[in-house]
Amino acid sequence: MALNQFLLLSLFLFCTGVYGALVRRSGVLVLMSIELMLNAANLNLVAFSAFYKGELSGQVFALFVIAIAAAEVGVGLAIVLLLYRNLSSADLDRADSMKG
Amino acid sequence: MAHWAFLIPLVPAVSYFVILLFGKRFGERCSYIGIAALSAAWVMAAINVYQWIDRREIVRESIEWFEWGGGSIRVGTHVDGLATMMLFVVTSVSLLVHVYSLEYLRGDRRYTHYYAALSLFSASMLMLVIADNTLALLTSWELVGLCSFMLISHWWEDKDNSNAGLKAFITNRVGDVGLIVGIIILYFVAGKTFDIDTINSAALSGSIRHGTLLIAAVCLLAAVCSKSGQVPLHIWLPDAMAGPTPVSALIHAATMVVAGVYMVARLYGVFFAGLSIDEGGMNLLALVGGVTMVIGASMAFVQNDIKRVLAYSTISQLGYMVAALGVGAWTGGVFHLFTHAFFKACLFLGAGSLSHACHHTFDMREMGGLRKKMPTTFLTFTIGTLALAGVPPLAGFWSKDEILNGARANDFPIIMVLGFVAAIMTAAYMGRALYLIFFGQYRGHAHPHESPKVMMIPVSILAGLAVVVGLLNAPFADYRFGQWVKFEVEVENRYGAAGEVAAAAEAEGEHAAEGEVVAEAEGEHAAEAEHVIVHSITEIKELAPGEVVLFEPEEHEFNIGVAGSSVAIGLVGLLIATWIYLLRKAPKNLLLVNPFRALYTLLLQKYYLDKLAVDGIAKGTAGPVADGSYWVNQKIIDGAVNGVGVTTKKYLAPFAYEQLDQFVVDGLYNGLGETTKGLGSAFRKLQNGRIQRYGLWLFFAVAILGLVVALLA
Amino acid sequence: MNWFDDWGITLTVFIPIVGAIILLLIPKSEEETIKGVALLTSLVTMGFAIGLMAEFDYDDTARLQFEVNKSWIDVINSRYHVALDGISLPLVLLSALIIVLCIVYSWNHFPEPHNPKALLALMLVLETGMIGTFVAQDLILFFIFFEVVLLPMYFMIGVWGGKNREYASIKFFLFTLFGSALMLLSFLAVYFSSKDPVTGQHTFDIVTLSTAGVLDVSKTAAVVMFGGMFLGFGIKVPMFPFHTWLPDAHTEAPTVGSVILAAVLLKLGTYGFIRIALPILPEGAQEWAPYIGLLAVIGIIYGALNCLAQRDVKRLIAFSSVAHMGFVMLGIATLTTAGINAAVFGMVAHGLITGLLFFVAGSMQERYHTREMSRLGGLLISAPKMGWILGFTAMASLGLPGLAGFWGEFPAILAAYEPLSVLSEETFRTYMVIAAVGTVLAAAYLLVMYQRVAMGEVPEEFRDEHIHDVHGPEWIAWAPMLILILALGIYPKLLFGITDDAVKHVTEGIATALNATAK
Repeated sequence: MALNQFLLLSLFLFCTGVYGALVRRSGVLVLMSIELMLNAANLNLVAFSAFYKGELSGQVFALFVIAIAAAEVGVGLAIVLLLYRNLSSADLDRADSMKG
Repeated sequence: MAHWAFLIPLVPAVSYFVILLFGKRFGERCSYIGIAALSAAWVMAAINVYQWIDRREIVRESIEWFEWGGGSIRVGTHVDGLATMMLFVVTSVSLLVHVYSLEYLRGDRRYTHYYAALSLFSASMLMLVIADNTLALLTSWELVGLCSFMLISHWWEDKDNSNAGLKAFITNRVGDVGLIVGIIILYFVAGKTFDIDTINSAALSGSIRHGTLLIAAVCLLAAVCSKSGQVPLHIWLPDAMAGPTPVSALIHAATMVVAGVYMVARLYGVFFAGLSIDEGGMNLLALVGGVTMVIGASMAFVQNDIKRVLAYSTISQLGYMVAALGVGAWTGGVFHLFTHAFFKACLFLGAGSLSHACHHTFDMREMGGLRKKMPTTFLTFTIGTLALAGVPPLAGFWSKDEILNGARANDFPIIMVLGFVAAIMTAAYMGRALYLIFFGQYRGHAHPHESPKVMMIPVSILAGLAVVVGLLNAPFADYRFGQWVKFEVEVENRYGAAGEVAAAAEAEGEHAAEGEVVAEAEGEHAAEAEHVIVHSITEIKELAPGEVVLFEPEEHEFNIGVAGSSVAIGLVGLLIATWIYLLRKAPKNLLLVNPFRALYTLLLQKYYLDKLAVDGIAKGTAGPVADGSYWVNQKIIDGAVNGVGVTTKKYLAPFAYEQLDQFVVDGLYNGLGETTKGLGSAFRKLQNGRIQRYGLWLFFAVAILGLVVALLA
Repeated sequence: MNWFDDWGITLTVFIPIVGAIILLLIPKSEEETIKGVALLTSLVTMGFAIGLMAEFDYDDTARLQFEVNKSWIDVINSRYHVALDGISLPLVLLSALIIVLCIVYSWNHFPEPHNPKALLALMLVLETGMIGTFVAQDLILFFIFFEVVLLPMYFMIGVWGGKNREYASIKFFLFTLFGSALMLLSFLAVYFSSKDPVTGQHTFDIVTLSTAGVLDVSKTAAVVMFGGMFLGFGIKVPMFPFHTWLPDAHTEAPTVGSVILAAVLLKLGTYGFIRIALPILPEGAQEWAPYIGLLAVIGIIYGALNCLAQRDVKRLIAFSSVAHMGFVMLGIATLTTAGINAAVFGMVAHGLITGLLFFVAGSMQERYHTREMSRLGGLLISAPKMGWILGFTAMASLGLPGLAGFWGEFPAILAAYEPLSVLSEETFRTYMVIAAVGTVLAAAYLLVMYQRVAMGEVPEEFRDEHIHDVHGPEWIAWAPMLILILALGIYPKLLFGITDDAVKHVTEGIATALNATAK
């Protein structure tokens, strides 16, 4: 089994995630893009773990990442929800009160 | 008693503090504290007189006062004949004045202060006469001056009185410069000691260079001039009459003003050797005294104020005492001090009684014919006048005669002549006063009456003393004043070839040791058999080097010629006064004719000495000189400081600020600031609050970093 | 009491500053607490000072006692070296006493703009500075304490002062700072030309530097270095012609400020001469002494003449300080035991007497709202006790024997008769006579002042006013000074007994050093 396919898939997923995170305006979609990037990383971890036989730490990391990603989504959605409540939209561009 | 002599001044000193602190509580009764203290002091002084006559043993007690540079300065008491006599005089007159003041100052607004000051004065004066060193002498010298100031300006609401007080104090200060300098010189040349005995014997022994000794004596003479009212520093004494009359009697006639005479008598060794008194002819001390007795007497003629007449008379009599010491008649001078204290105090208190009767005036023009109305005052005043005029057998005759005789015998012809001139004037001006006050018609507006007993008893006692004390030194007496009170000091001959070389070569420091030796030796010798007695420096020089003798000024036998002339001259003076003032035989317009008019004006203006001192020197210093000095301070010194300040602020500072600081230095910093600010605003644009934009930057940054790393790798 | 030997001085020096910090923590509204704490602090300090006095070994006053010598700034070999000898002790006591009295005096009449908290804190900081200066045995430590007093005094004059306070305070500040700068330069010069015989390094230690052979400088260098110190100390004294800051500062300063300034601050300068300038640079001293003496006697006459021209009581007293400090400097210039003893006595006496004069002048101003002598009069009628106190103090100030002032003046004049053998006798004898003449002028200006202020009738404008006589806090503040003036005057051994050995130690050091180079 070649490693390359997995890595290329992972790259594609990551780039999609980055693009989404940087470009999409909706907070929910940005969160989803972040999930994509995380999963791209997971894919890498699992792929490397399978490639180097007997090396399980990659898979263990992937498990942790999944768990943390769940938590992250929880917090992230809560933020988006609050954002929506305050600004009555989930548009991130309008949340610029930190502007210098 | 002599061992406990310090108690005599201590008791009045305690009384002073008691009156000062609790005076309010006692009110008028505080006077009794003063009287009690003085009575105690008088009793002790009297015991001391008895013991002195009995034993005639000089007693010295001292304690350490302080220490410097390893040298110990001691303070203590020194009781000899002179001190014993002075203690008696001061306590007697002071006690009588205390009693007299009970009535004279009754109801005075500062009664307690008055008695406090009297106590302080008595304490200081008593301290002065038993002081065994010059430093203690200086201390009490100034303290009596302070009391004099306090009492002269007793009624200080009136500016004239406080001016008189100031004049007295400041004039005395001028003399004190001399005293301070003189004491300092003697301190060093006598071997770093203030001890009077040591100084005296060092001065006579020839271990001190004559020139130095002369300077020291002249310096001390300045202090004598100011304290004892000698020309030209006598100017304060007539003005001092502004004080209450009992004060004038006590301080300005009987005791304080004789402090100068006392000091000369005490430090006689210094004056004797320094002014070469035994060489005869003339010396500064005799000259000052001689001039003073005539000038003082002359000014007494033109005064209408009885107290001022007496004040000038005091000046003149003090001149006698100083002249006496100047001609070497030590006993005569001191004896005159003794008798003068009684009859002059009697006269002053008599004047007080007159003013008490005549509405507080002292103007003789408003008196007259008081003979009948005030018989006791008349009697006592007449006794005082006759004593002062030198009519035998009253006190003044004996002492004055002794002075004139001393001047004759010791070869001071000029002083003798001046003495006779002053004697005739004294008799005349006192006769004038007597006639103006007690004879003729009453010219005032009051209703004169005799003063109460509490005043007249002290006056009578003094009059009685004025009659008898002269007999103490009468030539026919077995017991003589001159044997009890004399100046004697042990002297070691340090002149001569060996001595002189040693004196020239030796550093002053070495004398210290020898001074001690002398002091120690003295104790031994007192017990030993008597030494040879010498009377002059010449005799000391003739001794073998190192031989120790006893120095005493010479006393002379009674001379009937001098005595007769002096009596005759006194009577002539009285007759002149009778002729002019009682019989009114003098031409009426005499004073309007020159040269009498010029003389009269000159005397009335006090020889212009007051004008010179007050308007010239004092006001000149306080006015133009002080103002000028202040002008220098404000305009020049302060001006310079301010000038530097202003220049710095006006020229240097603007240059530094505008050119240097604002343009160059500040420009630099401002430029730096502006750049930073510009950069800041540029970068601020990045901070737009949009997280995604941040993410984008982050992405590019990482990408570029990655590219760089990749390329480098 | 072992701990006291080690900590006594340090505590005396630093308790006031701790007190000042505590004061700052108390809210401004708690005035009673503030006053209480300040008084307590000053009393505790006084207590420690008295402790030092009690534990002091009077048999050996030349030895430095309660010595503490700890490392402090190692880089420049500066050490925390404090100790007391017979010269320092009276001055430390004087400083501690004056601060207590000032706090008591201002108890319920603080000068405008009131603010007791700040004024008391400044007074306590001053106390640390003053006491510190008198115990420091290290040049850098000395310099720091010397400068510590500057700022509080500046604020005291500048904030609580009279009409012209800004001018006066800046003048005071700049003058003193100018002097200090040159003094510091001299200290540095001394440092770089010194060599500690033990460590072989440069040293700031005053005791070491005073030992012969530690300082290796040519005569010219010594004279120049002494000049720097002369300016620093001389301005503080103040000597003619650097005195012009003094009348202004005194006139404008609040009463307690004047008192502290006159009683203690001026002594920092003269103390500096005795402790530092003379022992470290005897050769410089020898060259400078005639000029110091000259300026001193000029100051005596000049100060007195200026007094005579004054119309303002406080300004008159200020000029009298110039004259009195002239006597102190004359004593120092003779380089003899008697002279320096007189100087130390004069310092203490002047502190008490002039301090008291300023107290009385301040109280008078408070009552009459003027210091113009021409408007005053009849104090003896309106407030007899105050009049008596003024009279007593004036007498002490003019050097009446039997009161403290005399023992500062007379021995100084006496010492001028026979200065140290290397100095010209003729010159100093001339000075002696001039100084003696100064005593006449002193009598004149003080008595004229007394006559104008205290004697005579009460002037029209105050006839109906109630003039309160001396009140409680004033009595408490003045009584110790009155008693001390009298006690020291009657029994000078109280002070000479302490100073004599210490002074002898100093003068012997100078004499040995000069003879060594002269021969």
